[in-house]
Amino acid sequence: MAPDTGAPQSAPAADARPRELAQEDLQALFDVLTTRGWTVVGPTERDGAVVLAQLDSAAELPYGVGVALAPGGYRLRRRQDRAAFAHSAGPQSWKTFLHPERARMWQADRDEEGAVTFTPETEETAPTPRYALFGVHPCDLAAIARQDRVLVGGAFRDPVYAPRREAAFVVAVACGEPGELCFCASVGTGPGLREDAPCDLAVHEIADRDGVRLLISAHSPRGAEVLADPALPLHEPHPELGERARCQTEAAEQRMGRELEAEGLRDVLAETLDSPVWDEVASRCLTCGNCTLVCPTCFCTTTEDTTDLTGDHAERWRRWDSCFDLDFSYVHGGSVRTSGKSRYRQWLTHKLGTWHDQFGSSGCVGCGRCIVWCPVGIDLTVEAARLRGEAGASEEGPS
Amino acid sequence: MSASRPRLAVWKFSSCDGCQLTLLDCEEDLLPLADQVEIAYFLEASRDTGPGPYDLSLVEGSIATRTDIERIREIRAQSRVLVTIGACATAGGVQALRNARDFDKLRSVVYARPEYIDALATSTPIAQHVPVDFELRGCPVDKRQLLEVVTAFLAGRKPDVPDHSVCFECKRRGVTCVTVAHGTPCLGPVTQAGCGALCPAFGRGCFGCFGPKADPNTRALLPLLRADGVADEDVARLYRTFNAEAPAFAEAAEEAGR
Repeated sequence: MAPDTGAPQSAPAADARPRELAQEDLQALFDVLTTRGWTVVGPTERDGAVVLAQLDSAAELPYGVGVALAPGGYRLRRRQDRAAFAHSAGPQSWKTFLHPERARMWQADRDEEGAVTFTPETEETAPTPRYALFGVHPCDLAAIARQDRVLVGGAFRDPVYAPRREAAFVVAVACGEPGELCFCASVGTGPGLREDAPCDLAVHEIADRDGVRLLISAHSPRGAEVLADPALPLHEPHPELGERARCQTEAAEQRMGRELEAEGLRDVLAETLDSPVWDEVASRCLTCGNCTLVCPTCFCTTTEDTTDLTGDHAERWRRWDSCFDLDFSYVHGGSVRTSGKSRYRQWLTHKLGTWHDQFGSSGCVGCGRCIVWCPVGIDLTVEAARLRGEAGASEEGPS
Repeated sequence: MSASRPRLAVWKFSSCDGCQLTLLDCEEDLLPLADQVEIAYFLEASRDTGPGPYDLSLVEGSIATRTDIERIREIRAQSRVLVTIGACATAGGVQALRNARDFDKLRSVVYARPEYIDALATSTPIAQHVPVDFELRGCPVDKRQLLEVVTAFLAGRKPDVPDHSVCFECKRRGVTCVTVAHGTPCLGPVTQAGCGALCPAFGRGCFGCFGPKADPNTRALLPLLRADGVADEDVARLYRTFNAEAPAFAEAAEEAGR
């Protein structure tokens, strides 16, 4: 981990043994986190979806809510059990809280003599929220790690993301219920939580005939402190629970609805820039930008300068932007990527290809959101496979 | 106040007055605005009007009569900067529904004494008649965007009015996609942002009142609208409701209607 992120250390030596928490005692964990100064954000059912929002109590978790996913389609379904974390690919990702859609960078004021004072954002003007991210699936945990690399792991430390990330307490939950469009297994980000998973608490939620139980272990000193809080009614896990958690993860790995053959994709994309596949995708692509906005790793922003009516007060804000916005590639004289084709190609080649050159990994964590929330259901795994076919064909073509 | 304040004029053509009301609806920003500009002509607010020339003219409404044409030319001549506001002024408005039909027939059906109606056969955007410096979309325009345009004019900068899709606003606001999650037909993916995702925030599909986004792919949306249960003639109606004269929506309506 990058030392300046304040991201949790890997598992502490002391007391990493998993403990069991009954689902009905989740409120106690909420209370411990709240007492220690964190604002809990997590999944809850709203407007026909499992959204991420500030939660006032554990009662707001989406108990027994599952999802049915299709390209361009998302529906809630009732589960047989009362699992709270058995859903995937919701309409938001955790970047909503760590990399907010809009943030002020500085303010400027002009006095009566015309002198201008600049005021950058500080803890006083914009206090860092301390979020406990409650219920982060492994794909999303990987997405946070990729944003860490982009926003704090390079030469530049993002002034909005870094303090939020350092303050955040991460409760990760292994995924036992991958969706129809999930492919974390093939890109190596899930569905299980490795022992060194970069979170504070690692949770397995086991729903079976004995009800819903949680197996919790600390992955950081902060996590260990929380687990040591006497207010938490933890107990020794049922002897079979660890094995059930392992079986659940193994079963989940076999139930991925999609697969992305990640090997060599960077080169495939570099070789197929002129493929007719891009034209065909562009004919279906709305260039609406949804894929980038739901993507948990997409980080691009634009700058917005505002003035008030007097012209004596100005503010600089930044807001989420997208490579699908024509204005995003606007330079003197016009936009560089004028066609839908060039914009879709930019998104896919960066996500799966040039991200490797820039940040040393793929930009895709296999969460499936871009497929679900594309209104016309363009499927990244299908398009990548088609391009791979094209690359193979050109290699085997007539010499 | 000093006499050097920029002079603002607000004009009405064929329209419902909703965009001018949006300016009045600025409430707490109205008095600060009046400090910065001299509101020289704004009949909706005051019958005390001053003569031109004007530094900034906000024009509501479309060109629907012969007098409109003469009047907009005169206003253009009297205005240093001319900004059109709303779907009528920028794309013909609801009254442009008549453009693709037989006007005389419509007139005889609608009015008891059609001979009293002296109107053009089409309702057209202001920019088809005089040069326009900036077009602000919406039916009605958005209050924040209207203030942004006036503020930008006062500061001598370009207004920050994005031309991307409404989807950007849904996602930024955390509004769950009504099409993907509910199967509700929505023009958001082809419609320009600016409303703050008002309709989707209330569970309704966007009906396109801000007109086409930059470079919209309406052809790609057509199968989705059909799949969500919109008949082709209703797709054509959707595109023709507020912005019938916006070329991208006019073409989409024609394609769906075929």
